[in-house]
Amino acid sequence: MRYAKRLLYGTPLLLLFYCAGPEKSENATQTAAENDVPETIKMGKGVGEFTEVEVSDPLNDEWIERGESIYDLKCSACHKLTDQRVVGPGFQGVTNRRKPEWIMNMITNVDAMLDQDPAAQKLLEECMTRMPNQNIKPDDARKILEFFRHNDVEKAGQKDQAI
Amino acid sequence: MRTNLLRTASFAAGLIVSLYGCGGSDTGQLMEGDAAQQAYVAPGEYDEFYAFLSGGYSGQITAYGLPSGRLLKEIPVFSQYPENGYGYSEETKPMFNTSYGFVPWDDSHHIELSQTEGEFDGRWLFVNGNNTPRIARIDLKTFETVEILEIPDVAGLHCAPFITENSEYLVSGTRFSVPIPQKDVPIDTYKENFKGLINYVTVDPEHGHMDLAFQIEMPGFNYDLARNGKAASHGWSFLTTYNSEQEHSLLEVNASQKDKDLMAVVNWKKAEEYLEQGKFTERETSYFHNLMDEGSGVVKSTERSLTRILDPKECPDMVYFIPVPKSPHGCDVDPTGEYIVGNGKLSADMSVYSFSKIMKAIEEENFDGEFDGIPIINYEAALHGIVEKPGLGPLHTEFDGRGNAYTTFFISSEVVKWDVESKEILDRQPTFYSPGHLVIPGGETRNPDGKYLVAMNKITKDRYLPTGPELAHSAQLFDISGDKMKLILDFPTKAEPHYAQAIAADKIQPNSVKFFDIEANTHPHVTMGESKSRVERDGKDVHVYMTAIRSHLAPDNIEGIQTGDKVYFHLTNLEQDWDVPHGLAIQGATNAEILVMPGQTRTLLWEPKRQGVFAFYCTDFCSALHQEMSGYVRVSPEGSDVPLKWGLNEALHSGE
Repeated sequence: MRYAKRLLYGTPLLLLFYCAGPEKSENATQTAAENDVPETIKMGKGVGEFTEVEVSDPLNDEWIERGESIYDLKCSACHKLTDQRVVGPGFQGVTNRRKPEWIMNMITNVDAMLDQDPAAQKLLEECMTRMPNQNIKPDDARKILEFFRHNDVEKAGQKDQAI
Repeated sequence: MRTNLLRTASFAAGLIVSLYGCGGSDTGQLMEGDAAQQAYVAPGEYDEFYAFLSGGYSGQITAYGLPSGRLLKEIPVFSQYPENGYGYSEETKPMFNTSYGFVPWDDSHHIELSQTEGEFDGRWLFVNGNNTPRIARIDLKTFETVEILEIPDVAGLHCAPFITENSEYLVSGTRFSVPIPQKDVPIDTYKENFKGLINYVTVDPEHGHMDLAFQIEMPGFNYDLARNGKAASHGWSFLTTYNSEQEHSLLEVNASQKDKDLMAVVNWKKAEEYLEQGKFTERETSYFHNLMDEGSGVVKSTERSLTRILDPKECPDMVYFIPVPKSPHGCDVDPTGEYIVGNGKLSADMSVYSFSKIMKAIEEENFDGEFDGIPIINYEAALHGIVEKPGLGPLHTEFDGRGNAYTTFFISSEVVKWDVESKEILDRQPTFYSPGHLVIPGGETRNPDGKYLVAMNKITKDRYLPTGPELAHSAQLFDISGDKMKLILDFPTKAEPHYAQAIAADKIQPNSVKFFDIEANTHPHVTMGESKSRVERDGKDVHVYMTAIRSHLAPDNIEGIQTGDKVYFHLTNLEQDWDVPHGLAIQGATNAEILVMPGQTRTLLWEPKRQGVFAFYCTDFCSALHQEMSGYVRVSPEGSDVPLKWGLNEALHSGE
């Protein structure tokens, strides 16, 4: 019994080690990414949980409102709604440059995007500030996308040109 | 050898296997290498236990990892902490309110983790403030002090805050008896005028909120330490006392005259019945309850004015005494709840009591008189037995769950392992030097994790490189998994730890909060997004609604402040990721900085006295452009016509 208890003590350590493994081996992930670029990145959708996002018309007003309030709270400190870059790029025309999946993956999975997606990495080189993870929930990311589509109609005169 | 191999497996590191492979010899050097491996936690790996050590005269708590002895965090509790603004920020200042006013320091002694069914549940941590009698609660999701309750009319809350096995109560007693309620009397009327109190504080099972339920008026002794029963003895409390002589001067001689002092035995379920029957008196008093609101992080302070007193003379069968040899200190209950160890500091032997014998003696009214109407249980009738000549100066005892007890001996400077049932001494190991408390993970629960023991020593002397007259107190980690205790690590501690408790990491780690959800922030001065950052004047009070995100503060240029203003910087950290605090320091602030966690709002009061332009900046290196995270505030003379304006990367404006 005493021996069995000792063995048990070791178990949490082992589990922790294995859990921590993937996060802590960024270099290994990067090397793997070079050899084996995910299909979604090749398609311009970035990397993350969003592989197919449907957009439709007319725009959903409730979603626009929620999207705008999250933008105000969590994004507006670095991103303007015009084409002016401050800390990060301005959002005007973003749905004409990026696919919906790329936008939503960038919002919800920024660390992996900056590690793997060439378009995201190019933006980091331009802005020189790593975009923080603002822990935005998947549902909310869709609403931010709706707000961006609305903003593009207003500011750029057209939306969804990258689909 | 079989034992060694299995122990090796338990540490699950190939490195250790290879080192053991080289061994086989028992030279001193290899023994030390073996010990080092047992305390070794590789870089990037986690410890198996959290240990929470009280800070004594620092008033704080420190969290260490075991077995590595890594310092994980100092948790500010009873003392202001300029490092993060605790007790300086407007939100946390009320945490120090007491009936004596703002008291920014205390002496923290005993750690008690919350329990469910006699085991640590990893929810909260309680600790006492000795000098201005208080009990604090720390939330183990955030490692923050979230509540402090003052205990009225007592003096020196040393005997606190001992918890019951389902966290029903935190039990405490007055260390110094005093006139209750306080009055102006000659000190030599001690026997006539001085009283003690035993206090019962409830813990709300859902939120942990503390409330003073009742106080039991007791004879004027010094109530020193306590434990509550568990399993069979659940529903009872045991409190050691000294100075049954009721002396008031040169206690080291005068309070050490009698062969035996008394341990109080309280039936708190009976006390609940009397309370229910209304057999209490209400007394007007004053004490403060300070509670942090979870959504806003703002501490609300409330003065309370009534306490309910139970008098043992009016409430029979509620309190008893048992004699304990020579100035007892520690009072510890074994995991079964059957045995209670009373350690007489000046006694050569240790008395171990049996709960079932105590119950039998009470039933048979086997009493040796009474004190102030409280029956004194016959010593021999309650005794399980005596541990003979275990060492000098026994203080505290913990248990390993395998039937063994471990007691510290201050005078002979050692830890002694003994068998609770047979009272036989099994092992003794020196400590360096003079241990006070000791801790085994879960050592006071029904189910101890008897793998390690930490002795917290009072005297350090030559253990570390010297640092002038004041030395860090030393803690020593022993492996107690084998028959003999084995010293495997020394580590210095902060201030003076008294008691500590340790808990398996997996009871705390999964619940640890990474950041506060900003959408749940209900602070009255929160700034929900940079576009809402602004400055408002209300007479002499100026409120700056400021936001922080890597790597700027908004607004970062402010004009129109005047000397004599009170400027409140309400800083909201807009980040929503782990480990991204932002700080705020401003030249001329006479209080401290504030450190603001992601999603949180904290307020620093700045009272400018001089004209000029003053810089403020983020104090926590947060990003590559941290050095740029700064701003200016212009201060004009009182009555100046410079308008109140602000901005960030734009012409200054007044928000219109």
